Amino acid sequence: MRTSLSSSSYRHIIQRLGFSLLTFVVIATIIPIFLIVTYIAAKGLPAISWEYLSGFPRDGMRAGGILPAIVGTFYLTLGTAIFSVPLGIGAAVFLSEYATENRLSRLIRIAIINLAGIPSVVYGLFGLGLFVLFLNFGTSLLAGSMTLAIMTLPVIISTTEEALRAVPQSFRVVSISLGGTHWQTIRRIVIPQALPGILTGVILGLERAAGETAPILFTVAAFFLPRLPHSPFDATMALPYHLFVISTQVPGMPVRLQFGTALVLLVFVLGMNIIATVIRSRARSHRQW
Amino acid sequence: MKPSLSWSEYIITQLVRISGYSAIVFVALIFFFLLREGLPTIGEVSFSTLLNVRWYPIEDYFGILPLIGGSVIVTIGAAMIAIPFGIGSAIFIAEIAPRWAREILKPFVEILGGLPSVVLGFLGFVVMAPYIRRLLALPTGLTAFTGSLLLGAISIPTIVSVAEDALDAVPKSYRDAALAMGATEWQTIWRVTLPAARSGVLTAVMLGIGRAIGETMTVMMVTGNAAILPKGLGALFSPVRTMTATIAAEMGEVANGSVHYHVLFFIGLVLFLISLAVNIAASAVVFRQRKRSERILS
Repeated sequence: MRTSLSSSSYRHIIQRLGFSLLTFVVIATIIPIFLIVTYIAAKGLPAISWEYLSGFPRDGMRAGGILPAIVGTFYLTLGTAIFSVPLGIGAAVFLSEYATENRLSRLIRIAIINLAGIPSVVYGLFGLGLFVLFLNFGTSLLAGSMTLAIMTLPVIISTTEEALRAVPQSFRVVSISLGGTHWQTIRRIVIPQALPGILTGVILGLERAAGETAPILFTVAAFFLPRLPHSPFDATMALPYHLFVISTQVPGMPVRLQFGTALVLLVFVLGMNIIATVIRSRARSHRQW
Repeated sequence: MKPSLSWSEYIITQLVRISGYSAIVFVALIFFFLLREGLPTIGEVSFSTLLNVRWYPIEDYFGILPLIGGSVIVTIGAAMIAIPFGIGSAIFIAEIAPRWAREILKPFVEILGGLPSVVLGFLGFVVMAPYIRRLLALPTGLTAFTGSLLLGAISIPTIVSVAEDALDAVPKSYRDAALAMGATEWQTIWRVTLPAARSGVLTAVMLGIGRAIGETMTVMMVTGNAAILPKGLGALFSPVRTMTATIAAEMGEVANGSVHYHVLFFIGLVLFLISLAVNIAASAVVFRQRKRSERILS
């Protein structure tokens, strides 16, 4: 009795120690995230002014604003959405509503997993090889958007597929039994029910596109281009690349402006992240099934 | 049924089918273009030059060993940080945290995953590198170690989310049985839940490491970019140059179609094949696991 008691208290001490260790691990993971965001916000806020957000860079980018980079990132995100949203949702619909589990659908899944794992700089090389040089788009919004679109596809496909699969099978059965065709069922019943999930996936995918630098290095980004792009065949400045340039390539750059650009990029990206999180949690609590 | 309806139905079905196949097409296209631009390297640069320790493209020294070594050492360092912290956090979130803490922790980790790598690189360059230089009394703070710290942080979210899914998928009855037989929660986690989820946890680790090898902007900004073959773990505290950083830093300055250009694509091809191997291995684990669970259920 005595031994079993002491061994059980020993086990509970181990458990105590183990749980404290894991708590420490989690705190050590969370605190840097919090610090990073608050540090950039604190150091970047003084740089933010109307002139900074709406002006063109001057004096070798050491003064003036970052409007071309903001607009460039906005256009790039939009361009990415134009290509990746229809394709990604289409692929997810195929996997969830049409494909049977066979060798082909498994091959598609492996391809998606691989697309998700390809290093971003390799996407940059691919975009350079196919869009910029082979298809002769030049360093342009078109080439950059298409490169980013392929990179974001796996995120959009997998989250959309998950959302579509979560719609109960009975919804489809009822629609078909009322005389709806397969596609009518998908368009009028399944997609509307899965819309919040799809939206979350799309935003998370585009968030990645907006923050990426390596894929746009050789496909669209301009070092210094103090005007706004006029056509899809123009190169453009973009926030992530601009941050890279002003923090490593421009000597004598005021630190305040570097943090300003980092903050604007962070707000852009985290803003999308927060919107996606809110849509998801709202949809979860409002779900009727 | 009206013929127009079935026609549009047919067209839409075909469109959906095509977009379904697109992922395969894109992987093939990427592979094809890397081969197209990268393979000429083999005719232009001898193997003895390529497998050498000297990377100095201006004088036609294209030894990629220091770049591979740089990628490996930074990735090992990142894995040593990301694996314990990632799996530890996943266990905490899936097994120990109360519901409210879980609802807070998961989005927080996702925020870390969403931080652009250039922002982390910027902070590493401006804040962390000078601090590390002073703390460890090094000639420069731009070292493999600095890169490992940041890459570890970048890989953690991948490991946490995949490992947490795997732990979550372990049936509750396993835990109940262990607890009913008198095991503590801690013993249940280590001897029942974690072993049951091990293939998923392994997948998480592989995907996290894959993420670290492929990361570009952060390592380019904080590892100092010196193409010296790292010898031993002491090289962790000196500057290195990774494969990804080399491509990103040099591709903008080479002439299209030059030898240097082909070699950079060749490095891209090597990276592509590494990520292909990692991901196929990871998905093989997932598929095997699914088969096994189907067998158990049937």
